[in-house]
Amino acid sequence: MEPEGQNPIPEPVVLPSPEAAAPARDLAAGASPVLPLTDAAAVTAKALLEVRGLDLFYGAKQALHGVDLDVKEHTVMAFIGPSGCGKSTLLRSLNRMNDLIDGVRVEGSVRLGGEDLYAPGVDVIGLRKRMGMVFQKSNPFPKSIYENVIYGLRIQGVKDRHVLDEAVETSLKRAGLWEEVRDRLKDSALGLSGGQQQRLCIARALAVKPEVLLMDEPCSALDPIATSRIEELIFELKKDYTIVIVTHNMQQAARASDYTAFFWLGKLVEVGLTEKLFTTPRERMTEDYITGRFG
Amino acid sequence: MGPTRSPLRRIAEFWRRGSAFVWLSAAALALSLLMITTLVGFIAVKGLGFFWPRALVQATTPEGPVLGEIAAFEPALGEEPAKVQFRVANRDLYGQDFRWFKAADLSARQEPAGAVLVERLENGAFIGFVEVLKQDGQRVAEGDAALAAARARLPEALDLQRGIRAIEKREVGSLNRDMEKLRLQRKALENRPGADTTALDAREAALHKAYDALQARLDGLRGRASALQLTLRTVDGQTKELPLSAVVRLVEPNRLGPLAKAGTYFSRLWEFVSGDPRESNTEGGIFPAIFGTVMMVLIMSVMVVPLGVVTALFLREYAKDGWLVRSVRVAVNNLAGVPSIVFGVFGLGFFVYTLGGAIDRAFYADRLPTPTYGTGGILWASLTLALLTVPVVVVATEEALGAVPRSQREASLALGATKWQTLWKVVLPGATPGILTGLILAMARGAGEVAPLMLTGVVKLAPAMPLDGEFPFFHLDRKFMHLGFHIYDVGFQSPNSEAAKPMVYMTALLLLGVVVLLNLVALRLRRRLRERLGGSAF
Repeated sequence: MEPEGQNPIPEPVVLPSPEAAAPARDLAAGASPVLPLTDAAAVTAKALLEVRGLDLFYGAKQALHGVDLDVKEHTVMAFIGPSGCGKSTLLRSLNRMNDLIDGVRVEGSVRLGGEDLYAPGVDVIGLRKRMGMVFQKSNPFPKSIYENVIYGLRIQGVKDRHVLDEAVETSLKRAGLWEEVRDRLKDSALGLSGGQQQRLCIARALAVKPEVLLMDEPCSALDPIATSRIEELIFELKKDYTIVIVTHNMQQAARASDYTAFFWLGKLVEVGLTEKLFTTPRERMTEDYITGRFG
Repeated sequence: MGPTRSPLRRIAEFWRRGSAFVWLSAAALALSLLMITTLVGFIAVKGLGFFWPRALVQATTPEGPVLGEIAAFEPALGEEPAKVQFRVANRDLYGQDFRWFKAADLSARQEPAGAVLVERLENGAFIGFVEVLKQDGQRVAEGDAALAAARARLPEALDLQRGIRAIEKREVGSLNRDMEKLRLQRKALENRPGADTTALDAREAALHKAYDALQARLDGLRGRASALQLTLRTVDGQTKELPLSAVVRLVEPNRLGPLAKAGTYFSRLWEFVSGDPRESNTEGGIFPAIFGTVMMVLIMSVMVVPLGVVTALFLREYAKDGWLVRSVRVAVNNLAGVPSIVFGVFGLGFFVYTLGGAIDRAFYADRLPTPTYGTGGILWASLTLALLTVPVVVVATEEALGAVPRSQREASLALGATKWQTLWKVVLPGATPGILTGLILAMARGAGEVAPLMLTGVVKLAPAMPLDGEFPFFHLDRKFMHLGFHIYDVGFQSPNSEAAKPMVYMTALLLLGVVVLLNLVALRLRRRLRERLGGSAF
C-alpha cells in the first residue's frame, strides 16, 4: 500500500556533516521556526490555508513534526527539500489523501478558510472538491479526453450537456490544451504526449472549480519544454487559484513560486518569500541545501 | 578465457549458463503441444472421417455373400488369422450392424455399382439394392430406374415427414398443454364442493374434438406418406418393404465421384450439427445438445460473473485484511479443488429439492405432486456450475482489481469521488479484461463438466428445448441435453455402441468446438476492451 511517487516513509537522507548542521538552530528541541510575515504584501494577503502544529505518524514512525505554515490566497507556495523530508506527505495532508493509507495518524490542525479539515465529522469528499490535485506522474483515466475533463462533474451528478461542454472548453483553455485537442475530444487521453497528459490532469482538476491546486512534483516526468509550459501555466493560474507545489527542482521553485518552504526530516526548517529564501536564507541548512551542498 | 578451452570448462560453462534448463523447458513445451495436437487430431480424424461415403464391398464367404463397408482390418497375429470387419447394417434383418470375417475366406471381391446405402429413420442403415418403387401398390419403376425415381421423389416425402413431425410436436403439444391446464382447473374445483364444472366439461369436449380432428389430419398425411413404398433386397436375397417417407438419404457410394461424395459428406455433417437425434441418440444430429450446452454456459456466466465480482470487490476493497478475510480467501480457493460431483450432490439437495421444492409449493402448488422446479432443470444445473466456477472468477477479479494503477484511484478520489464511485467508474472498468479472463477460465471449466449435471438436470433425450417460441420463451425449469453427457450416453449407455463410436468422436469434437468458440468470443471482447484501456491494465 505504498503511494506512488514520494515515499511516505522517510528514507535515509544524506545528512549534512554535524559541523555543517551545528550553526542551524536546534530543531530536535521542537522549536518551530517563526513565520516570516515581514513582507508588506504578505501581511496584507489573507491566509487561505493555515497549518498549525501538524504531526503525522505512519504507524510508529513520525513523518511530520509540528509543522506551522500559512498559504496565502492567490499565491504560489513551493515545498522543497531532500527526498523523504515530508513535503509530499504534508501536501497530501492538505486534502486528506493520507487517509487512504492504513495506520496514518494526524495531530494538529489544518484550516481551509478557517474551517478545520481534521475536525471530526468533516465531509472529506466535499473537502477534496475544494482542492484540486495534480500528481507526479500524469494519471489520465483510460477514457476520452472529454470524459477525463468532466469526470469530477459527472460524479457530482451533472448531466446537462451544455454545462459539461462549457466546462470542457473553459478548463482545457485554462490548462492551455484547448487548441491542441479541440478536434479530438473523443479520442483516448492515453494518446496524448506526457506534457499534454499532465495539462489534461490540470484541466481535470480545474473543472470542479477548486479553491486550491495541489501539485505533487508535476514536472518531474516531463522534458524541459513541457516543464516550462506548466510553469507558465502556474503563473497564469495564480490569478484565480491558490497553488501549493512540491518540487525537487530548485530553479523551478525559484522561478514559479512566491513563497518557498524548506523541509528537512519532517520538519519545516524555513519558510519565506522565495526571493529572500534563495538570496538570504536565515538558516544555514537552507543555504547548504539550495547551494547544493547536500540533498 | 582463451579460445582453446578444455571440454571440462565447456561443460561447466553449459551448466553455468543454464542451457540445460532452456532445453528442458523447450522439450516440455514441445511435449505438451504434441499431446494436445495428438488429442485433437485423433478426435478430429476419427470423427470427421465418419461422414465420408465409403465404398460398398461385396464378397463371397462360406456363410454366403456379404455386402457392406469395410470398417476395420486386423492383421494376422500369431495363430490368429487376419480378419476383416464389415459394416453390413440391416440391423432389423441380421440383428447386428457389424460382422467379422477371416480375410482368407473372402473371395470374389467387387464393388457393385447398384449397391445402395439407405439411411432410414428407424433400425439404422440398410445396405443392399433397390428393386421396385410402388405407388399405392402399383409398380412405378424397377431396378436402377426405381432408384432414380425414388431419389427424385425423396424431397417430397421428406417434406411430408417433416410436416407430420411438426404437427405432432407443435399442435398436439399445444393441445396437451391446454388439457393439462384444464386438469389443473378441475382439480382446483374439486376442493370446492358444489362448484359448477359444466364450462370445463364443454371445454374438454371441444379439446377432444380438436384432438380428433388433428388426428384425422395426421392420419391423412400418414396415408399419403406411406403411398410410396420402396422394395429393397439384401445381397443374400431377403427383401424389405419401406415407405419412402422413412428414408433419410439414399447413397450409392460406388457410383459417386469425389464431388458428389463431398456433397453427401456435407449433407451428413449438416444433419449432424443441426438435426434432432434419432435411434436413442446413435443417429441423426445433436443440435439439442449443442444448444443445451451453450445455453447452460451462458446462464452460468450470467450468474457467476456478478457473484464472483461482487465477492472479489468486497474481499479486496472493503473487507479489513484480517484472519477472517484470509480464511475466506483460503476457503474460496479450496472450493476450486472440491470434486465436481460433490457440487452435484449439493445442487441436487439444495437447489433442486430445497429451493425448487419451496418454489413449487409457493407458486406451482396446483401441479403437485408433479414437480416443476423441484426436479432437475437447466437453471439448477447452471447455478450448480456457477457455484463450481465462482472461485476462478473471484481469484481472477481480485488480481485484476489489484492491477488497476493506484494513481488512477487517487486521481478519482482527489476529484471528490467516493470510494464506491471510484470503484464503479475507474477500478471496475480497468479490471474488466481481468474479469473476462476469469470468465474464460470459468466457461472452459463449466462447459466440460458432466458429473454435477447428471444429478441436476441433464437428460439423454429432452422432449423440448429450454428456449422456444412458446410463452414465456425461456423455460428454465426444463431438462436439457448436453454434449458432455451425450458423449457418455452414446458411447457407454447405448445398445449399439459399436455403431455409435464415431458419434462419440464427433460429439467430443463439437464440444471442443463449442468451448473454443465461446472462448474466442470472450477473448475478442477482452482484446477490444484492452485496446480501449490502452494497455494500462494488465
